[in-house]
Amino acid sequence: MLIRRPADIAPSEITPRSLFEDRRRFITRAGLGLAAGAALWHGLGSEARAASKLSTVASPLSTTEPQTDHKSVITYNNFYEFGTDKGDPAQNAHRMATRPWAVKVEGLVGKPRTFDIDELLKLAPLEERIYRMRCVEGWSMVIPWVGFPLAALLKAVEPLGSAKYVEFLTHYDPEIMLRRPVLAWPYGEGLRLDEALHPLTILAVGLYGEVLPNQNGAPIRLVVPWKYGFKSAKSIVTIRLTEKQPPTAWNRAAPHEYGFYSNVNPEVSHPRWSQATERRIGEIRKRPTLMFNGYGEQVASLYQGMDLRKQY
Amino acid sequence: MPTFLRAPSGAQIALIKAIVFLLCLLPALSLALGWYDDALGANPIETITRASGEWTLRFLLITLAVTPLRRYTGLHWLLRLRRMLGLFVFAYAVGHLTTYLWLDQFFDWQAIANDILDRPFITVGFAAFVLLIPLAVTSNSFAIRRLGGRRWQSLHRSVYGIAILGVVHFWWLVKADLLEPFIYALILAVLLGLRAWWRELERRRQLSVPPPAKHLERPVIRIVPK
Repeated sequence: MLIRRPADIAPSEITPRSLFEDRRRFITRAGLGLAAGAALWHGLGSEARAASKLSTVASPLSTTEPQTDHKSVITYNNFYEFGTDKGDPAQNAHRMATRPWAVKVEGLVGKPRTFDIDELLKLAPLEERIYRMRCVEGWSMVIPWVGFPLAALLKAVEPLGSAKYVEFLTHYDPEIMLRRPVLAWPYGEGLRLDEALHPLTILAVGLYGEVLPNQNGAPIRLVVPWKYGFKSAKSIVTIRLTEKQPPTAWNRAAPHEYGFYSNVNPEVSHPRWSQATERRIGEIRKRPTLMFNGYGEQVASLYQGMDLRKQY
Repeated sequence: MPTFLRAPSGAQIALIKAIVFLLCLLPALSLALGWYDDALGANPIETITRASGEWTLRFLLITLAVTPLRRYTGLHWLLRLRRMLGLFVFAYAVGHLTTYLWLDQFFDWQAIANDILDRPFITVGFAAFVLLIPLAVTSNSFAIRRLGGRRWQSLHRSVYGIAILGVVHFWWLVKADLLEPFIYALILAVLLGLRAWWRELERRRQLSVPPPAKHLERPVIRIVPK
């Protein structure tokens, strides 16, 4: 019989930072004095941070470019289930409970099974992966993710020879999320199996060395750095291996604007705007967008012989 | 209704105008302060572009609401705010375009030309801006005298088309969530619909004028709008 050892402190038990901040504000207002308030805040804050810290190993796949400031990464989000303005997810995503959380892996695999999120956290050593992230809207960030290769999970379930694609389905709860059918909920994404097995493709469970904030796709999300950001599905609940190319949310919404591949490509414009340049968050001037978001050396071979204008 | 609201004096009108002027400046002021305080979020240029565009549309709808408001409330002095409101439409449109040309594109004329030619939402937005210029230029009493009231008025009716272009510009740039452009479209449809309805009422009224009595020397000329 499997006797589960007492879990590490679950992130759900950690007082959310907003509460600390509220408490601090309250104490300060109550006249305890700025110094006392600050000292208290500092003590509580560092304790909470230590608890939600994830220990990681560095990765040679990380970029050394300057990282986008933490505040921008956690307040400027596209997570349409929580609202279509960039600030909405940070306002609303706290409603989502990220424990308990299970990820079902099914379809064309030898060993289909459901993983508890805490099992996934121990599936492989957590690595820090500092990646460029390019949004299809023309802005970009450099984000220090914490995660592990998706390949580690896929190998654990033993894909069958007939599996050609991987489909990702994400959490959808109309009680706490947008009900308007802006996109076809639940949000679905997909990769070709070789893309999914690529060492750059990770499942992220944290950023900036800490547990993933809800608005960034907690508790577990995909990160595929050479594709536009919307390919990197958030808050994943199902991973399904299939023989046929799975439907994807943005492709269903506007097929001629968002293809299945959606590789970052400065030469292929979005029908409504150019993709030649991007604005790195925190900068004023735009910079040229790089083919495959600068990961061409690692991934270009996946697309040899394909017309990337047609297979956008 | 208090007299100052029903028929304000010249001084009261001047005061109302000054207050409305300051109110119209508030959105621009808050963006400028936000820029200096770094309070416009992670992507301040996007924030400014979006806000200046939305305020252009809002002021355009407010301007188009003046006539219906005046008609249904009897507050005829509202008309005296319309020129200022219209000029604020133009001012925010200039701000919006400048943000795009300067902060967004940094005067990369090649990229700008490509955008205008290839991106329908930018084509439409740019066309709306160009069409606003003659209206802004003729927003003074001298131009009205010079053009004559009738010609001036038919020129300024192009604002209806401009408003439609503005809403289409917004509609076409949105990625998936059309709720906001839909709200603007709905308000515009009401404002334009009212005008069509009044035209129809006027046409019916004219048609129902009884034929001139035989003893009248001069014939009654009936003007029937098309």
